[in-house]
Amino acid sequence: MTAPPPPMSLLAELTHRCPLQCPYCSNPLMLDPRTQELGTAEWQRVLDEAAQMGVLQVHFSGGEPMARPDLPELVRHAAKAGLYSNLITSGVLIRPDSLRALADAGLDHIQLSFQDAQATTADRIANMAGAHAKKLEAARLITDEGLPLTLNFVIHRQNAERVPAMLELAEQLGARRVEIAHTQYYGWGLLNRDALLPDRAQIDATTEAVNAARTRLAGRMSIDFVTPDYYEDRPKPCMGGWGQRFLNVTPTGKVLPCHAAETIPNITFPNVRDAGLAAIWEEAPIFTLFRGTQWMPEPCQSCAFKEEDWGGCRCQALALAGNASAADPVCHKSPDHQQVTQAIASRPQTPPPFRYRRFGNA
Amino acid sequence: MTGAPAHSITETTVPRFARGTRLQYDRVREMWFIQAPERAFHADPVAAEILQLVDGTRTLGAVIDLLAQKFDAPRPVIAQDVLAMVAELAEKQVLLHA
Repeated sequence: MTAPPPPMSLLAELTHRCPLQCPYCSNPLMLDPRTQELGTAEWQRVLDEAAQMGVLQVHFSGGEPMARPDLPELVRHAAKAGLYSNLITSGVLIRPDSLRALADAGLDHIQLSFQDAQATTADRIANMAGAHAKKLEAARLITDEGLPLTLNFVIHRQNAERVPAMLELAEQLGARRVEIAHTQYYGWGLLNRDALLPDRAQIDATTEAVNAARTRLAGRMSIDFVTPDYYEDRPKPCMGGWGQRFLNVTPTGKVLPCHAAETIPNITFPNVRDAGLAAIWEEAPIFTLFRGTQWMPEPCQSCAFKEEDWGGCRCQALALAGNASAADPVCHKSPDHQQVTQAIASRPQTPPPFRYRRFGNA
Repeated sequence: MTGAPAHSITETTVPRFARGTRLQYDRVREMWFIQAPERAFHADPVAAEILQLVDGTRTLGAVIDLLAQKFDAPRPVIAQDVLAMVAELAEKQVLLHA
C-alpha cells in the first residue's frame, strides 16, 4: 500500500471534563478520567509531531478544553510549531483574563457552542443553570478582543423551530461564521435519539431558514449547514474518507480516525504514549482498516460513488448494522437501510427525558 | 464586517488579511495555503504571488506594478487578475479592504 496523504487537521481532545451535560455530546459513552489525561509535555510532543507530518490546523476541544490550566501554554506551543489554532469551547469558563491569556498565546479562532437561541431551553439542554447567559458574555468578550468567532448550534427536535432566531443571534453577536449542525446519532446522540431526532417538516424548515439567511448575509457571515443523514438517500463522506484528512487524539492519548471510533470492536487503539504520531497514521490497523476502497463490501464496491462518499460512516454502520465493515445504513442501497427508516417511524410523539452526558450515566 | 462592497475594489485599495486568516507555506506538501477559521485552502501559484505582497500598507496598484515587473507581463492582464482575486477573497472574508 502506498503511503497515505498527510493529515490536514488534528482534533486535540484535552479532557472529557465539562461543566455542561449536553445529551448529544460527541464524546464516547465511557469518558476518560482526569487521572489518566496526557500531561503538558506529552501534548507538546503531539503538536510538534503533527506539524512535522503536515497537519495545518489544530482544534483544541474536549470536554471543555478551558478546564485545562495549561491551555495557553499549548496554544503558544502550537503557534510556534506553525499550526493554526482553533478553540472549541462551551464558553462558560471564559473570563477577561483567561481570554486575554489565550489571545496573547497566539490563538487564531474560537468556536463557541450554544444550545439554543433562548436561555430557558438552552440551560435545560446543557443541564446547567445560567450557562446561556455566560455564553452571551463570552461572545461579547471574544468579539471585543477582535478574535474571529464561529457560533455552533447543534439542532434537534427540541430546538429546530428556533433556527431563524439562532441565525439572528449569531449576527447580533458579530460572528463571522455559524454552524447549524443537526445532531449526529452516535454515542450519546444515539442513546438520546428519540429525544432528539427531528421530523421531516422540521428538517425542511431548518433548510429553508438557512437558505434565506445565506442570501441575506452573503459576504458578511458564512453558514455551515450539516443535515441529519437519517433523512438522506446517500451517506456523507465521513471525515473526508477514513484516515485521509483527519486525526483525533483523546484525553488519554489514543489516536483515532474520528471521535466515535472507540466503538469499533476487536482492535487495539494506538496511543501517543507508545508510538509516534506519523507511524500510527501510516501503519496502525485502526487507520489502515478502512482507508481507501479495498475493504468495501457490496453494494459499495461496485458503486459509482465509492470515492465520493467512501462508504459513509463506519461508526454508523457499526451502530445500526452491527458491523463496522458494512455499507452505511443511511444509503438507500444498504441491506440495513430499514434500521434508519424504522428509527424515524418509531419516533415517539412526545420526546422522552434526556439522558445527560456525565461520568457514569451511560 | 468587510467594509466597502467588493465591487469598490480599485488600484487605490489597500487590502490586508483579516485577523484569523493568513498565507502559509506548507513545507510538507510544498504548496501555499490560506489558513482561515476551521479551514485551510490551497492557494494556487498566482494567488500565492499576489498574497505575498499583501502587507496592509501596499495599494493594489503597487502590487500590480511589482508583479508586472517580476513576470515581465502586460500590466492590464496582471491588473485584471489581481482585482478579481482580491474581490473574491474579500467576499470569502479572507481579506479586508477598509
